[in-house]
Amino acid sequence: MQESATLNNSFKSEEYFINMGPQHPATHGVLRLLLTIDGEIIKKVEPDLGYIHRSIEKMCERDSYQQIVHLTDRMDYLSSHINNEAVCLTVENALELEIPDRVKVIRTIIGELTRIASHCLWWGVMGMDVGALTTYFYGFRDREMINDIFEETCGARLTMNYNVPGGLMWDIHPNFIKRVKDFVAHFKTKIPEYNKLLTGNIIFQKRTKGVGVLSKEDAISFGVSGPVARGSGYSCDVRKYHPYSALDKVTFNEVLEADGDTFARYNVRIRELWESLSIIEQLIDNIPDGEHRVKTNAVIKLPKGEFYQKVETARGELGVYIISTGTKNPYRMKFRSPGFSNLSALNHMAVGGKIGDLVATMATLDLVIPDIDR
Amino acid sequence: MTNEALRILISSWFPNPEFETKSEPVEVAEGAASKAIINPNLLEFTEEGSQFLNVLVKPENLHEFMNKLKTNSDTCFDYLFCLTGVDWGAELGIVYHLESTQHRHNIVVKVKTEDRENPTFDSVCDIWRTAEFHEREVFDFFGITFNNHPNLKRLFLTPEWDGFPLRKDYVDEINMVIK
Repeated sequence: MQESATLNNSFKSEEYFINMGPQHPATHGVLRLLLTIDGEIIKKVEPDLGYIHRSIEKMCERDSYQQIVHLTDRMDYLSSHINNEAVCLTVENALELEIPDRVKVIRTIIGELTRIASHCLWWGVMGMDVGALTTYFYGFRDREMINDIFEETCGARLTMNYNVPGGLMWDIHPNFIKRVKDFVAHFKTKIPEYNKLLTGNIIFQKRTKGVGVLSKEDAISFGVSGPVARGSGYSCDVRKYHPYSALDKVTFNEVLEADGDTFARYNVRIRELWESLSIIEQLIDNIPDGEHRVKTNAVIKLPKGEFYQKVETARGELGVYIISTGTKNPYRMKFRSPGFSNLSALNHMAVGGKIGDLVATMATLDLVIPDIDR
Repeated sequence: MTNEALRILISSWFPNPEFETKSEPVEVAEGAASKAIINPNLLEFTEEGSQFLNVLVKPENLHEFMNKLKTNSDTCFDYLFCLTGVDWGAELGIVYHLESTQHRHNIVVKVKTEDRENPTFDSVCDIWRTAEFHEREVFDFFGITFNNHPNLKRLFLTPEWDGFPLRKDYVDEINMVIK
């Protein structure tokens, strides 16, 4: 007995710092985390940001509203279409423009395709973060199909710039409807494959269940949104509460999971894939005829006042806040990015866990660093 | 709750002593009454043409007012979804966008100060924890400090950075392209 007591005394643990990032593969970009750890138990996580801050908000103050749309691609590049849409909606609402139904439906379809593409990438990377390399190739295979559809219609695969204030840059490609339908049929057979490969895997479940728990109250207090918040049972889908574009015409379920752990957040995203497919199916056969764009002045001047628009990106609630003094540039432009608020909850979720748990937790936060840094 | 109902409720928290001393209540329309009841030294409703109700509070009342917005069961603003620093030229200030997850109504609270040398407000991060990061961002870009903030230091920029880039009078001739 006594021997073990002296042994314990001679191995005193001590807290120390280590750096995770800014070039760590699990941070998915240039994010640096300062970890205070005791043995392998995390005592504190402090994010150090700003490695790719471009001050988009300051640049907006000298740009025209058409130019601002292009800057927003570079925030959350995996939801670029939805970011563009958010700015366009704010400008259109401020100008009180009547947007054709065709534009609304196409925007919503491409928005949901963007969400699926983003979730595919997240799923692949999530598996890789917890040690299942194969998922990466499966996820990218399906995402590639969506990118091909985007390339044909929008002219770009990632930063699409397909939205302009007043509508869309050009009409959809003649192949668009057929290719989207092909993709939906294809992807319906692939989600069960995803579940077979990763969701049911016992090692994966042990890595994720009960890890990085976030309660509903904390989720609200930390301003968490999107799939992360819905994994904590907090109903916050902007598409439900503040529907925009054609989302008021479709029926879909808001996916909620009660557990608040990493596995719950994982399940929310997987189940959201089905909902996005259902939204696309409801709209793809009913794209109304009409103009793809309404004419706006070459120089857009917003009326004096303040405008706020929120949309649901793949990561959560993106808010666009414009203070206008009536000129062709915004006086102040603020992007409320989902990643920034979601990251603020990381310390709370990671404390008491191990470094390996932190990697799994971060994977389900689905951080995109340019979205945090703006 | 509609914006108008919110306006009347919040007005009742800040009674105007002069108005109360008047003997008989005058028959006026509801909206006009709330304007008269409210004490203009403490609170002011502003018209910004936005979909939200806008309230301007004095810096010294900020924390108490925010706490009441969160804890009052009729308002219950538990979700701070946006916190924005703004440089209005003569004044610096913060805009808080709040939503209630229970009642699904919104409000915008603003606070301003004319002190550009040493602008200070009370922190609200004990009310909404998300404010901790957002206030650090505002400190970083606007140089506004917050009382009772647990960890107020630069978030994006390096500690030795000179000036506050999102202020309107910030000059950087090398890196900024002015059109």
